[in-house]
Amino acid sequence: MRTIFYIMQKEFIQVFRNRMMLPVIFLMPLVQLLILSYAVTFEIKNIRLYITDNDNSVASRALLEHFRSSDFYHISGESADALHGLEELKEGEIHQQLVILPGFEKQVVSGSPARVQVLTDAINGSAAALMNAYTLSVIESYNREVLSHMQGFPPKMVQVSWRYWFNPALDYKTYMIPGILVLLVTLIGMFLAGMNVVREKEIGTIEQINVTPIRKVQFIAGKLLPFWIIALAELAFGLALSVLLFNIPIVGNIFLIFLVASVYLVVVMGLGLFISTITNTQQQSMFLSWFFLVIFILMSGLFTPVESMPHWALQLNTLNPIAYFIRIMRMIMLKGSGFQDIVKPMLYLSAYGITILSLAVWRYRKTS
Amino acid sequence: MYEAKENNGNVIEAVDLVKRFGNFVANDRLTFSVQRGEIFGFLGANGAGKTTAIRILCGLSKPTSGQIRVAGYDVYTRTEKIKQRIGYMSQRFSLYEDLTVWENFRFFGGIYRMKSALIRERADQMLGRLGILELSDAVIASLPPGIRQKLAFSVAILHKPEIVFLDEPTGGVDPVTRRQFWEMIYEAAATGITVFVTTHYMDEAEYCNRVSIMVDGKIEALDTPEQLKKTYNAGSMNDVFLKLARRNEEQMKE
Amino acid sequence: MKRFIIKEFLHIFRDVRSMLILFGMPLVQVLLFGFAITNEIRDARVAVVDAVPDVVTKDLRNKLFASGYFTGGDILAGQHEIDERFRQGDVKMVVVFEPEFAQKLERGENPVVQLIADASDPNAAKLLVNYATGIINGYNRSLGTYPPQAVIAEPRMMYNPSLKGVYMFVPGIITILLMLVSAMMTSISIAREKEAGTMEVLLVSPLKPISIILGKVTPYVVLSFINAVSILLMSYYVFGVPVKGSLLLLLAESILFILLALSLGIFISTVANNQQTAMMLSMFALMLPTILLSGFIFPIENMPAVLQWISLLMPPRWFIFIIKSIMLKGAGLTYFWKETLILTAMTGVFILASIRKFKIRLD
Repeated sequence: MRTIFYIMQKEFIQVFRNRMMLPVIFLMPLVQLLILSYAVTFEIKNIRLYITDNDNSVASRALLEHFRSSDFYHISGESADALHGLEELKEGEIHQQLVILPGFEKQVVSGSPARVQVLTDAINGSAAALMNAYTLSVIESYNREVLSHMQGFPPKMVQVSWRYWFNPALDYKTYMIPGILVLLVTLIGMFLAGMNVVREKEIGTIEQINVTPIRKVQFIAGKLLPFWIIALAELAFGLALSVLLFNIPIVGNIFLIFLVASVYLVVVMGLGLFISTITNTQQQSMFLSWFFLVIFILMSGLFTPVESMPHWALQLNTLNPIAYFIRIMRMIMLKGSGFQDIVKPMLYLSAYGITILSLAVWRYRKTS
Repeated sequence: MYEAKENNGNVIEAVDLVKRFGNFVANDRLTFSVQRGEIFGFLGANGAGKTTAIRILCGLSKPTSGQIRVAGYDVYTRTEKIKQRIGYMSQRFSLYEDLTVWENFRFFGGIYRMKSALIRERADQMLGRLGILELSDAVIASLPPGIRQKLAFSVAILHKPEIVFLDEPTGGVDPVTRRQFWEMIYEAAATGITVFVTTHYMDEAEYCNRVSIMVDGKIEALDTPEQLKKTYNAGSMNDVFLKLARRNEEQMKE
Repeated sequence: MKRFIIKEFLHIFRDVRSMLILFGMPLVQVLLFGFAITNEIRDARVAVVDAVPDVVTKDLRNKLFASGYFTGGDILAGQHEIDERFRQGDVKMVVVFEPEFAQKLERGENPVVQLIADASDPNAAKLLVNYATGIINGYNRSLGTYPPQAVIAEPRMMYNPSLKGVYMFVPGIITILLMLVSAMMTSISIAREKEAGTMEVLLVSPLKPISIILGKVTPYVVLSFINAVSILLMSYYVFGVPVKGSLLLLLAESILFILLALSLGIFISTVANNQQTAMMLSMFALMLPTILLSGFIFPIENMPAVLQWISLLMPPRWFIFIIKSIMLKGAGLTYFWKETLILTAMTGVFILASIRKFKIRLD
């Protein structure tokens, strides 16, 4: 126990003596929360719309009024020349073009449906789908308006109403912040802890430790504990920021969050350590960590929905610790899920942690 | 059979030590023994296999074959026992440059399970003898190479090991510091610590009780410096070494 | 000079692990984005509250679950179970039918289907509600009493008719990779030479500083270029992402961006004095902005104004615009000469800054 203490003491001194470290530890959460939570959003506002109205009638102007009065649209161009709009689409100046053909009013009045062309820049497929859906719903509401004038009696139909639970305002920030906190804790665990051992290898001090009677387990515990503590402190700092700065409610139990985090950290730190035992330089170790981290993050559900991935990807994802933690964090923070709701993933994370840590201890050699 | 065994006061015994890296034979059937309290010089040109051997004796590397005992323990099975009884100063400087002198002492002393008070006492004692007590709180990176080297040695013998292994301890150090360094080695030997030192400075061989000379992975000679000079009819250890190297080259040609 | 470049190549190639990652990473990423990661929602778990099932509710349920968007269809005992299901985390939406559904519809009382979505993921919640509403509207239309359309919209998805995610991601991945390999690797490898002290050996050699830098970066230029080409080939042959514009122009712009990234890397290495600092700086100055503020995944126009201004300073933003225009829209230089000019200017600034820094040190 005392041996572990001496290693921890040394690690803490080294971390805090490095002038780069403190700012990184305390600025990183702030910057990440600020940038990520605002930058990362799929909400579509300000669709830049180009209008070509070749009918120029009361009916067509009424339809266009629906777009002009909507907050979602910004009319950034208007002319009778549809080709000009197309050019703007190609230049990336506009997102969408609406083309009303001549004879629009006549068709509406006569009851044979008038056709309106909606051209969307679809390079960003998901954004395009959303913009398209908005536009269709605007046209739909125009439809209803016209038809209510024309038809005397209300039709027989099923009505739809909807409610959004846990986040009625559909605020994307609320959704992103638990994930960003996970990212934060992960970066600290994987990089600081993992890189640390390789660094000793690279500068040669590890030899000096390897000739001492220290046990592998003691060495690794002494190495990991300081970063475990730093990462949990970081999480506390991040949680405080999100509550105070972003007014994100923490619905669930905050101790449960820390319980999960402390198990999760063992997994990522074990991964970092394992990588550092199979590499010789910081450059290699960083590369390998990046490689896994990028894959883990992309597949974690932080930015994109996990459920719609193909079966094989879901299977792969059972090995992705970040996916588990993000899921659990969102459940606890946003929905107030309790311990019984997360027992299964928790058991899994624990098993994962034990496995990867044993692997790292086994792979760490005092002899070459 | 796992109990420590010491034969006639030998703290290191190696019989037919072989270390191969693939086809390359780094250590070719080395046989030697080191007596308690001795300063044993392990000489050879760069690349002769000195570091490989020293790493095996310290338990940092496994031998390919041979019987080797250090401090009475078998190096195949009892490396952890050995590690409690030895100190090691590697070729690469290996104190933490971003820690202070005292923090380094405290850390390494702690790893050897020394009591804090004892670490303090010995550290003060050692720094006092070096005349740098006031540098106790200086960060290693700010110190000149000579002092760092002496500190690395002090840390290696902080826990009073039975044997201390020094791998090229005077590499890249000025002659005056080298001289002082060897005085430190003598002082350590006087307290009963066995010193196993590798070097390629042949003049330093004169300071040792006995020396072995390695050429291309083999021990070509092993005796006291006086006896070696007599045998090879040479004026200095440098001449002994050159004669050995030349003889080896001729053998290679044949 | 030639020897020196060869030495750098050897350094890189001898490090098998780094090589594997260098070439493996882009391939894995493209594959992941192409096959696994999508913004669409499919197979979302949906539960149902249907206290008194009848013909109409059964019909609606069948329509919903046959759409491919929803799976599951567990019947909950009542509204009180919804909260619990959401907290367990599997179910994303609950469809609640009111009792006597068919009778009410028959009587013209317009029965209500309530969609309760777990909006802790707002994006998914919105999409699921949209999908379900669309399906129910379709059902209404099939009743025949629902009025005909006055206006029918004809949507056309330009440049990416099937809305493939890869179209969006390939330009982004190429950019990230060029940034990673060119800037991060150069800065770290120069910082490493500094740390090991070998930089001084090189500086006192008869080689001119400019040759040293050139020698260090040439291998990375070649590597980045090979990487970019291999991603293009794979996205073309595996995912059918076209290169509609001039391939030559695309490669030329890529080289311009590689030069920019390299000069940025050199600049970072003149600021950082060890690998860890270089790494941290690269991560903050390069990776995060490249991923977040470049329009790679998240549209810039949705961000707050401050972030939009910041994104103007991000080289990847301009480059991603350029490659998208060339590859997907088939646009020529007239469409993005401004962006090209910006990239050129940025390159100039970084080179000048590094030279100044470098000189100061030598004095």
